[in-house]
Parts: sequence; structure tokens; C-alpha cells
Amino acid sequence: MEQKPYSNIKATLAIAKASFRSIIRSPSAVVFSLAFPLIFITVFANIGGGGPSVDVAVSKTCDTNNVVYMALKKAAVIHLITNQTTEQMNTSLSRGDIAAVIDIKKSADGSAAYSPMPGPPQMSSTVLNVQYSNASAQTGGLFKSILNNVLYQINTMMNPKAATVAQVHETTITGRKYKYIDFLLPGMLGFSLLSSGVFGTAFVFLSLRLTLVIKRFFATPVKKYSIVLGEMLARIVFSLLGAVFIIMVGHYIFGFTLIHGVVTVLNMLVLCTIGLIIFMGFGFVISGIAKNESSIPPISNIITMPQFLLSGTFFSTSNFPLWLQGISKVLPLTYLNTAMREVAFEGAGLGDVTHQLLILAAWFVGIYAVAVRTFKWE
Amino acid sequence: MAKQPIITVKNLVKKYGDFTAVDDISFEVYEGEIFGLLGPNGAGKTTTLEIIETLREKTSGQIMVDGFDIENGVDSIKKRIGVQLQAAGYYPNLNLSELIALFSGLYGVDVTANQMLEKVALTDKAKAKYKDLSGGQKQRFSIATTLINNPRIVFLDEPTTGLDPQARRNLWDLIREIRDQGTTVVITTHYMDEAEVLCDRVAFVDGGHIIGINTPDAFIDELVALGFERKKEVKAANLEDVFIAKTGKEWREA
Repeated sequence: MEQKPYSNIKATLAIAKASFRSIIRSPSAVVFSLAFPLIFITVFANIGGGGPSVDVAVSKTCDTNNVVYMALKKAAVIHLITNQTTEQMNTSLSRGDIAAVIDIKKSADGSAAYSPMPGPPQMSSTVLNVQYSNASAQTGGLFKSILNNVLYQINTMMNPKAATVAQVHETTITGRKYKYIDFLLPGMLGFSLLSSGVFGTAFVFLSLRLTLVIKRFFATPVKKYSIVLGEMLARIVFSLLGAVFIIMVGHYIFGFTLIHGVVTVLNMLVLCTIGLIIFMGFGFVISGIAKNESSIPPISNIITMPQFLLSGTFFSTSNFPLWLQGISKVLPLTYLNTAMREVAFEGAGLGDVTHQLLILAAWFVGIYAVAVRTFKWE
Repeated sequence: MAKQPIITVKNLVKKYGDFTAVDDISFEVYEGEIFGLLGPNGAGKTTTLEIIETLREKTSGQIMVDGFDIENGVDSIKKRIGVQLQAAGYYPNLNLSELIALFSGLYGVDVTANQMLEKVALTDKAKAKYKDLSGGQKQRFSIATTLINNPRIVFLDEPTTGLDPQARRNLWDLIREIRDQGTTVVITTHYMDEAEVLCDRVAFVDGGHIIGINTPDAFIDELVALGFERKKEVKAANLEDVFIAKTGKEWREA
């Protein structure tokens, strides 16, 4: 009987195909890799958008026809709240939920209460009562300077002849706005790769081992490396398709910046692959040390949670105290996130992020050295 | 017809630490027969089988499978045998066609799923998941995966355990068909009625030793010659015959 030579490539691809089919039919893989990142992006991109906002409650006795009130209403940053009762306002203020409570009234004696300069007789003078809280000192301070600015403008309008101490010339340069989505999306990609790599790999290899699927494989001429490579290949293809989808949604719906278009996307995908291979290493280690399927989530969370929180996924690590920054400077996801942001927003090539790549390479060597020792076939 | 040994096991020993699971076992399996390994749980049947299947390392001894030494012919042996494991699962979330496609990739052969499923009468289940099959269907599917590489020998480890009488008979027919097409079958079972009707020769294994090898008929005659009598008078039929007579031979799918 004539036989074709045995092809390890064919065997590897057969496993990759089977694994890929299995992944796309497993709800948890799809939820972790696609749904979670997209939900996070939708929620956080909408919360984070629009810059700072200052909530100011308007007292019930406030004169809403006053020129000062009108000016405040037009200020973009200020959000006037008129539907709260006096008690609610007091609670909100003492908790720091709002920046201030204002009450604008016509001056009883007819003299200007705020402006030190004598105004024309037809100008109605105004009394401004502003209550601040030390619970919201920051937004309160912001409101104070906006208020001063508004009053200064009104005063100059009313007294055009008044001597000006200084003239202000304002210009605005055009720049690329670093939107929150530009920060958030690479972090979400990293999170998606981390969970798929760690949880997915650990679950697959443990369950294939426990259900004797791997043992049955060993009764065929397949090589061990074909099994590992086939599984990795399937997960990489699935995660990269997911990454492309997330990037596309981010770009077309949320305005995620792709500075060099397709080239940027390709660079990001290379980084995704590198990151995923490292995270799969953690998965291999966990599949080896876990005794059963229920011990996988706790062990995996020990690996993923610190990186999720400390690697600059949702917010920059530069706000952390130094000791915490020290921890985040060790984690691989930090470097993947940084490299990804450099590539996407700054238009860096892979050659510009060699520092990050070197640290990821060190993680690769380290984690696979451990994986080779802990991984179990039977 | 001169009987050609296709498997030769000589002085096989398997130790797990201080425990000797297989203790100096020797036997031959002839080409084209159904050979049964019989014995109580823990006798060393599965261990012996898995060493021959190249899934476990032996401690000592010599094994030849279809002309290849287990020491250096592992890859050649794997291409020539089909293995059904006790309680083995299949890749999750795949249907039967996809599983056959996976295994044909693993064996490096080109077969269509339909072709293989036809051999075990499961073509109408091509799109079903393995976990949704009945016990008998699962076993038939397992046997289909052992036939993908057109093997010289198939090993079946307790294929009928847990099946109802109809499914069991259905599987016997399938195993005989495989033998009749020239494939040697090595089987383990706890059912002596099954070994009696199915196996051409059987070996009794206990405590890691082989106690005897012969045809089922010869063993029974031997015991009867020693003056053995059943406590109960033997009737022309037994209860299983009644079960089959009353419920029909037709095999139930569900």
C-alpha cells in the first residue's frame, strides 16, 4: 500500500482549525474578547468625553433673568442645576457632588455690591451669594475663576471707558486632540488579549487533558509541538480578528486615532500577537498547576487582576503613588499598552518601541521557562 | 492456515514505584482474529493495552507490533493501529464531521467524514455533537475514529460497558465486520457472554499475570472436564434472550 509521507504541518493546521471552530462556538471566549472590551469602550468613552464639567446648584430665590445668570448659563463648562430642593442642594454641596450653590439677587439699596467701579445709573446692581464646600475644593476653585472671568467681562462691557491694566491676546493652535478613546482602546485591546490568553489557554489545555482528548491525540502520529502550535495559532487568529473588529468600531464610531491608517493597524496587530503569546505562556503555566477546572478562575485572576488595574488600562499610571508605579513598571501589560498607544497615536513604528519590546521579550523567556517545567500532558 | 502473530509480547513488566501492575506477561495476537483480554478491575489489562498502543512506557520486556519494535518504531506503530480509549472525550464544541476531519488531519490521511460515518451507521448524526449522542452511538463513533487510518489492528477498551442489550449486539456486529475486513481486533471486556460469542481467543489476566490463553470453547470444555456443574439447571435460554425476544433486536437510538 502506498503511503504519503506524514505531514506535521497538516496535523498542526487540523488542530488549529478544530480549535478555532471550538473557540468561536464558546460563549465565554466571545464575551471576554469582544463584548467586554466593546462595553467598556462604550461606557467609558461616553463618561470620559467632553472635558471637565462643573455642577453648580441654583438657589430657589435666584434671579434667573439677571445678566450674570445668563452669562453663566452660556459658559460651556458650567452645568446649572435648578431642579433640586434646598435640602438636596445642601447635602450635595456638603458631599462635594456639586461645586457651589449660587443665589443672584438685585441689590436692595441699589448700589453695586460686587463691582468696585461706579457704574452708569441704568445698570442694575447685583448681589451674588456663592456657597462653596471644602468637599469640592477643586471644582469650586474652577467655578470661582470662571465666575470672576464672567464678572470681569460684564464690568468691562458696562464700563468701556475704564482703564485696562493689561490687554490679553488669545490664540489657539490647531493640534491633534488626544481623546480618551485614544487612551482607552489600546488598554481594552490589552485586556482582551490578557483574558483570552490566560483564561482561554488554561481552560483549553486543562480540559483537553482531563477529558483525555490529548491522550487520544497521542494514539495518532501527531507530534506534541503540533498540538501546542495548533492551539496557539487558533487563539492568535481569533484574537487578531477580534482586535481588528475592536479597532474598526473604535475608529469609525468613537473616532479612535489611527495616525498612519492601515500601517498603524498592522503594527498594532504585530504587538497584539507578541502580547498574546506572552499571556498564553501564563495560561500554559496555570493549566499545569490547576488540579481541576474550578481552580482556574482564582489562579487566573491573580495574574490578570493586578495587570488589569495597574497597567494603565483605564487610567494613566502616572497618577499612582511611586510604590504602586514600581509595581506597574514590572507588569508586561503595561509595556504592551504603552507600545500600542505610541504606535496608534504617535505613529511610532515597531523600531521606536524597542524598549517595550525588550521587556516583553524578557517576559517571554521567563514565562516560557516556567511553562516548560510546569506544563502537564497527562 | 498457519497463524501469523501480528502482536508479540514477551516478558512485559510495568512497575509504578513499588507496585507491579504488569508482571512478566507474554502472549501473541494472531493476524485477523478478535483477541480478548479478560480479567477483574486492576488486573493490568488497560496498562498492558496502553503499553502496546505506545501510550505508556514499559519497565522491561519486548513488544513487536506488525513487525515494528515498540522501542524504536513508535511512529510506524501509531500509523498502523487504531485506538479506542476507555472514557476518552472528544474535542469540545465540534460536530461528528468536524471531529472526523480533525482526526484525518492527525493521521495524515484523506477520508471524507461521510465515508467514515457510513461504516458505523452515523451519517444522519454528522452535524450532531459527540456529547449529544447515546451511549451506543458514542461507542460507534469512537470506533469510526479508530478506522480512519485504515489500521492493521484496532484496540477497543471496554467498548460495550454501560450499553443496553440491543446496543451491545449492534456493536458486536460492527466488531465482527471489522474483523471480517481483515483488521485484527484486541478487546477488553467484563462480560463473559460477550467474550464467548465475540472472541476467537481470550487471555485471562489477574494480578498482573496471564493465567491462561485459549479459545473460549476450549476453556469451557476444560472446566467441564474437571467436573464443574452450574448450580442452577441450564435452560435452553437465559434472561437476556428473553429481553431481546420481548423488546426486539432493533437498536434504539435514543
